[in-house]
Parts: sequence; C-alpha cells; structure tokens
Amino acid sequence: MAEITREKLLDVYTRTMKVNRTDEKFRELLMQGKVAVMYYCVRGQELVSAAAMAALEDDDYVVCTYRGQGEQTAKGIPMEKWWGECLGKATGTCKGKGGTMHITDPDTGIMVTTGVVGSGIPIANGLGMASQNNGDGRVTLVSFGDGAANIGGFHEAMNMAQLYKLPVVFLCQNNRYGEHTAYADHTDSVDIHSRAAGYGMKGIKVDGNDVNAVYPAMEEAVEHARSGKGPVLVEAMCYRMMGHFFGSDFSYMPPEHLAEMAAEDPLPKLRKVMLERQFTESELDAIVDGINAEIDAAVQHALDAPLPDTDEIYKDVLEETA
Amino acid sequence: MAEITMTQALNLAIDEAMAEDDGVFCLGEDVAAKQGGGVFKITSGLSEKYGENRIRATPISETAIIGAAIGAALAGQRPIAEIMLMNFVGVCMDQIVNHAAKLRFMSGGQTPCPIVIRTTTGVGVGFGGQHSDMLEAWFAHVAGIHVVTPSNAADARGLMRSAIDANDPVIFIENILCYGLTSEDPGPGYRVPLGKAAVAKEGTDISLITYGRTVLDALEVAGDLEKEGISVEVIDLRTIAPYDEETVLASVRKTGRAITLHEAVRPFGTGAEIAANIQEKCWDSLKAPVRRIGGTFSAVPFATHLEQAWIPQKSDLAEQIKASVGKA
Repeated sequence: MAEITREKLLDVYTRTMKVNRTDEKFRELLMQGKVAVMYYCVRGQELVSAAAMAALEDDDYVVCTYRGQGEQTAKGIPMEKWWGECLGKATGTCKGKGGTMHITDPDTGIMVTTGVVGSGIPIANGLGMASQNNGDGRVTLVSFGDGAANIGGFHEAMNMAQLYKLPVVFLCQNNRYGEHTAYADHTDSVDIHSRAAGYGMKGIKVDGNDVNAVYPAMEEAVEHARSGKGPVLVEAMCYRMMGHFFGSDFSYMPPEHLAEMAAEDPLPKLRKVMLERQFTESELDAIVDGINAEIDAAVQHALDAPLPDTDEIYKDVLEETA
Repeated sequence: MAEITMTQALNLAIDEAMAEDDGVFCLGEDVAAKQGGGVFKITSGLSEKYGENRIRATPISETAIIGAAIGAALAGQRPIAEIMLMNFVGVCMDQIVNHAAKLRFMSGGQTPCPIVIRTTTGVGVGFGGQHSDMLEAWFAHVAGIHVVTPSNAADARGLMRSAIDANDPVIFIENILCYGLTSEDPGPGYRVPLGKAAVAKEGTDISLITYGRTVLDALEVAGDLEKEGISVEVIDLRTIAPYDEETVLASVRKTGRAITLHEAVRPFGTGAEIAANIQEKCWDSLKAPVRRIGGTFSAVPFATHLEQAWIPQKSDLAEQIKASVGKA
C-alpha cells in the first residue's frame, strides 16, 4: 500500500481535529449547562470518520446515525448551520426541526441522519441505486456501529447491495458497544467484516486508530464501489471512549477496557505520525487554533440565533404545507 | 373509447409515467418479466420495455425495498415500490413511518420523499389472516403520507399518475377483488387529483362515506333503497388521508345523516375519525347520530362462510341506513 501523501494526511488531520474540537466544545457546553440536548459523544472515533470523509468526493452521499457528528463535520457542513441545528435554532440545517439526531444537509451530501439503529443502511442502497440508474458516478457511504449489524435491515440491505453491485460503502465503526451492551454480550461471531463473505461481498477489517491503516482502507473501499465492482463492508476497529450518550453512566465499562482504550487513543497516535512526516508542532497547533476559533464563532452565532417560528410545526409536513 | 380493467389501468399509468420521466422506476418482489411481471401482473411487459434497472425484481426484503425507494427518492428519482400484500408492511414500518413520512419535516423541507408504495389486499379471496387486512388507518395516523385507494379502473389510472407526480410518499392500496373491474378508458395523461373525493351517487337523505371495494356495496345498496324511497348519497373518498373534508362535510350538511363504511375493522378505524369530525363540525345539521360500519374485530378467517360473515354485510348496511333515516 502506497504511503499517504502529505497533502492527504494533512487533510485527514484537519478533519479529525475538527471532529474532536467539536466534540470537546459540545461536552463543555453541556457541562456548563449552556446547552441541554441529547448528544452522542464521538471521542475515540474521530479518526475513522475523518478518514472516511477524506476518502470521498465532495458530492458523494453520506448516511449516518445519531452518533454522526464525525461524519457531519468532517464532510464539511458549515459550522454555523451545524451548531444552529444542534441548538434548535432557525438558522440550523433543518430550521431546528431535526436536531442532533436528524442533521440533514444535502449541499454537503449528508442525506439522512437516522435516530433508529441500523435504519440508514437500506436507505444508502437507494442513494446508490439512483447513482447506478443515472450514472452520476457518486458513491454512497453509510456509517453505523457494531450494534446495528444485528438489525434485520442490515442483512436485507447487504444482500440487496451485493445483488445489484451498488456503489455503496458500508462502514461499521466497531466501537465495542451497542448502546450499553458490550460486543461479546450482543454478538458471538468474532467480527463483523467476515459477514460480507456470506453475501459474496468484499469485506475489510482495519485498525481505526491508525491513520496509515484506516485511510488507505477507506480509499480502497470507495474506489472499489465507484469502479462498479460492487459494495464493500469495512469494519473499522475503534473505541467509544465515553458512555452511549452524554451524561449516561458508563461504569459498566471494565477498567481493563478503559486502559486498553487509553493506550489506543487515535489522537496522540495521529499527532505522532504527523510529526514523523515532518509537520511541526506549531503547524499542527495553528490548525487546531484555527478550528477552535471557527467553532467558537459558530457556537456564538448559534446561541444568538433566533428560535424557529412556532408555526413551523405546521410546515414541511406535506408539499401542500411547505 | 375502449374499456380497460383496473389491472390494465395501473399498468398503463405506470408505463406512461416511465416513458415520460427516466427517474420513475419500479422495485419489488417478482415484478420483472423473468418472474412473470408481478403476481397480479401490474408491471407486466415493463421490464422488456425499460430494462431490469427500471423494473427491479428484488429479494424478499421489504425493509430493503422501502429503504432503497427512500434513498433513490432523496437522490431525485421517483420510485414505485411494491409491497406484494398489505400485511407485509409490518416488516418495513420503520422505513415508512420513521423515515419516508418524516424526512421532509425533520430536514426542514430539504429532503422530500416522493415514493409510491403500491400494495394489494382484500377480504373475500380465502387468503386468511395474514394476506387480507386493510391497514389504511395505520398510515392515516401518520403525518406526512398520502393514503389512496381506487374503487374503479378509471380512478386507478388517474390516481396512479397523481401518486407518481406527488412530491411526498403515497400508500396506494389496491383491492384484489377490484382488479377485474372495467371502466371506459380515460386515456393517456388522465389524472385524478389526490385529496379529492368523488360523489359516486347523489342523494338527499343520508351520506354514505366509503372507499375502495366497499364503494361497490354502497352503490348496490343505495340503488336498492332508492326503490324504497330512500335517497342515499355515496361519497367515494379515493384519497383516505388527508381526506376531502370539504366534500364530506358539504354532503352531510345537505343530508343531515351519515354512515361511514370500510372493510377495515371498525375500532379506531378511519370511519371513527371521519364520524368524530362530522359531529364536531356538522352538529347543527345532524338529524341522527353518525354510524360506523367496518369489518369484524378479529383476524380475517379462512373458511369461506366465516370470511363472508366477517365482511361488512350489505344487509346490515341497508338496515343501518333505514334506522338512521327513521324507516327501520
């Protein structure tokens, strides 16, 4: 596998830090009581999302889940619109009617964010089917967790995608927990990617904490799907370093698991790779400073933004009510 | 003009929509030529004409079928998904209710979901408890969906074109027993607007509000009662939700009496919603309580005499009309 170019590495780093700083800021606002909404932390999974989004073209489609902050910000949703939606403001991507679990921004290809575990997987096939029908060359990437691999729609969608050779990448972020249940307590098979073989599909397992592994794997999967060879199931091994949602108890995570997670934290590992590839500390810090400033401005914009008009509850129900 | 069956009407409507718009495509179990063009032949001849990408025969995977239809719609296409029999919607309710119906609203209007979900059902053909139910009330209870059912071939042609045109999800219910009904062909391009009821028969004594196959029963009973001096107005809703309140209320204000009739079970049915609305809005015009007639509150039975006893009876309909107008 060829070495990642410095340009692409910088791209992945920038996206990773955008996801991480957004996550940190969100938790800070929740801790301070400035915001009180449902938020599903992505700490530990920043790199997987960033690498996946960096492997896509701008007009490729993405379907994600309530734990989709990583895909959404790394794909490039404008920060003001993203924060506006999370704070339930009229300036949000969905005018405050979707919220943290239903961020939608077709301009950047974020087509659906589902709040139902696994439900985005069959929808991704349809986006891929449209691309196959009209030959637009787009790839659709759908992100989900290990828990979603046990819902019926996963099986139906895998079989259908392979049958039609749809240009879809199924990205399973195996973060070792389905809601509050550890992997070994919800699944007996040792991994998810090997299920691909059962559908005749290409499957890839990759270390989601190592940029030199995960980015090339995502690039390979996207290229495979785009070339017409059919879908790919990628299982990116990572850790959900916090509870299921912000504020939820995660004392059920055993200490040895927490120690393992800390040792595998993708952020220090990524910084080490960046330094090895001759990026300087000050260059990397400047990128993070820029992101922090952008986030702070976006948060302030969202805090100051107007609430949606109450009559929005009657709008967008059907076209007649648009 | 030639006569066409409802089967032909639906096939013609889909065919002409596919010819006019490359974005229209069908997906469902057994729909292509290799599988015989659909179990009820609605898509017969279309895969030969438009290819297997636009008439996609799918695995038996209702969730994947509706999910795929939703995704394609978000990308600008106009899928027509077939759920072979209406009871099978139970398999894919999450996709219909949590996604298709809500994506327009939850995205603040950015991602409308123009899909048609064709499905078939009907009591009276011996299919038993899991292939016969009318489940329109499940969908009528969800904001963001149109629910449509034709009672004749001409309406089937016109409603199908309007359903495909619509920029929102449409549940299109076909009754097995109506496929062979014939109408004069309304011709290419014909459309029946969604949300518009038809006055199937004018009358002055009582309004009978129904849709789908029971329109036939209503017209038969209304014809018989005409001879006894009772003038029944029959409203064919055609679109069950959101329904044509204006036509229904105008009729009840004229007649002062109303009965709702559907094949679906009576409790919590669409008839209950319509009856409640009439009583709220036409109280001063009402001369009698609004009555509701529906299928028996049990699973649809198999044995022919049981199944026939399960269906709303024409004799009961006649008796209730007479009781309502005070001629029992």
